[in-house]
Amino acid sequence: MDTKIVPGKAYGFFTDTSVCIGCKACEVACKEWNQLPSKSRGFLGDSLDNTGSLDGQTWRHVKFIDNVPDETMSTGDGRAFLLMSDVCKHCTHASCMDVCPTGAIVRTEFDTVFIQQSVCNGCRNCIAACPYDVIDIDPDRDVARKCTLCYDRLQGGMQPACAKACPTESIQFGPLDELRETAKKREADLHEQGLMQANLYGHDDKVYGGLNAFFLLMDKPETYGLPNAENAVLPQRNNRAGYLGLLGTAVLGVLGGIFALRNRGTDE
Amino acid sequence: MTLLAASEHFAGPPHWTWYILVYFFLAGLAGGSYFLATLLRYWGAPGDEPVARLGFYVPFPATLVGLLMLTLDLKQPLRFWHMLFNTTPGQFGLNFNSRTPMSVGVWVLLVGSVFAFVSFVDTLVRDDRLRNRPARRLAALLEGGAGKAWNVVGSALYLFIAGYTGVLLAVSNQPVWSDSWALGGLFLASGLAGSAALLLLLMRYRPGTESSRAVLEVSERVFTALELVLLVVVFLTLIDDGTLGKALDFPWTLLWLVVLAGMLPSLRDLAVRRFRITPEGAVVAGRVPVWAAAWLVLAGVLALRAAVIFSAQS
Repeated sequence: MDTKIVPGKAYGFFTDTSVCIGCKACEVACKEWNQLPSKSRGFLGDSLDNTGSLDGQTWRHVKFIDNVPDETMSTGDGRAFLLMSDVCKHCTHASCMDVCPTGAIVRTEFDTVFIQQSVCNGCRNCIAACPYDVIDIDPDRDVARKCTLCYDRLQGGMQPACAKACPTESIQFGPLDELRETAKKREADLHEQGLMQANLYGHDDKVYGGLNAFFLLMDKPETYGLPNAENAVLPQRNNRAGYLGLLGTAVLGVLGGIFALRNRGTDE
Repeated sequence: MTLLAASEHFAGPPHWTWYILVYFFLAGLAGGSYFLATLLRYWGAPGDEPVARLGFYVPFPATLVGLLMLTLDLKQPLRFWHMLFNTTPGQFGLNFNSRTPMSVGVWVLLVGSVFAFVSFVDTLVRDDRLRNRPARRLAALLEGGAGKAWNVVGSALYLFIAGYTGVLLAVSNQPVWSDSWALGGLFLASGLAGSAALLLLLMRYRPGTESSRAVLEVSERVFTALELVLLVVVFLTLIDDGTLGKALDFPWTLLWLVVLAGMLPSLRDLAVRRFRITPEGAVVAGRVPVWAAAWLVLAGVLALRAAVIFSAQS
């Protein structure tokens, strides 16, 4: 990557899952650069996965989605065993930012979503809101943490550690507009090769206004644990109806209380 | 909330557990008690004043303990004030995020606790348990229309406190919680019923309260009926989004049974005896002793919140 990184421009990841080989170099590079401990979760019994999920100390997680049929019916076309290096999506309309009561979650000059460690008080509202199960509490620091898209490296003009370490260029870093062009070409190439199941996720504004970390998937989003466009909704959607429900109940409660007072004189 | 199309949820649980449960429970009781106390003082009979005072004793300590629970639940309890003040470098100032009920609730709690404290002190003065001059001056300020206005505003704030916790859960991407818009109303109705039950229990510790028993029992029946309606609405919305099974899954089924058990005495009395009052002014009693029914209602209030909080995160 020889792009000059300039503040004020939107950057992100394009993760092409069709070329991920599950080597986990991204996980290692992430932990190495961000000095995140690698605590053993023991034997998960889930294929080659040994981190389980994203959490406060695992900001890159290679998902091994075992779709191997019980009886081999075809060559699989890459569908039988799906691999995906998962990460924070740095959503344009970020649910976590939406609900953060402390203002700890901010958008950086690189258009990424960043949790300020000195501001977060660990209320965990962002965890309840994140539709991708990305954010969690770092048990060593007791604050919410997630991928920063290597904010410190970007400030130093370097690309994120995971993208640099990826040996197959499954993870590509760059300006969003360039990445989107690359992704569209890649999708078209795969379609030409007959892999019609290849689809882009989060490259446009249908999912949370667009994801700065978007994906080329080889199956439908739900298979990878990603909500489809219809279900990619912000927590704030329930504010109005929730408060109206509360107000309606309060009115009925007041009327009920007045009824109880008025009824005290009614004989049997 | 689509019609008969199951929602997808991939969000992880925030691990809100016991501290939050206790806070939700206390918020419901504080809210209902303040409202009932105001209602009894200004719209009830003169004989309702002793129970009104009981009601005004509840919100302040309940709010204090609730705030303590909220603070202890934070992973960084000493940063509780970050909810109120923005500590982002270069952006110092007050914090308010209208998109999350957590931020709205913190501010309402802060203002509401002032109302609860003043009403608490006022009640101590009225009961002649606090005689110092500042307290008496404060109580004097609340005589007449000013006191009524103070308590009405306080009631509005506390009705919000009793129910916003349900809206807070709904404003998320969690299964069950975000699938129903009626949780706020349900928590409020349950808090009102629980507060009526709590005052019925506390009455025994204060002489001269017997004349208010009928009002409280009828209130409890009305609020429980409201709670039942909202429970049905919540279940219907969960069916619509395909998450009712998760909410009712074992062992949470047991908690829902406690919720129903808490509602049954009132609902049974409502069905059989409606709101009939004896010539002496007492409500026609049901089969379950009042104290037992009241404890059952309180257990149901707690179980309701536990079932909602825990089932979604399992």
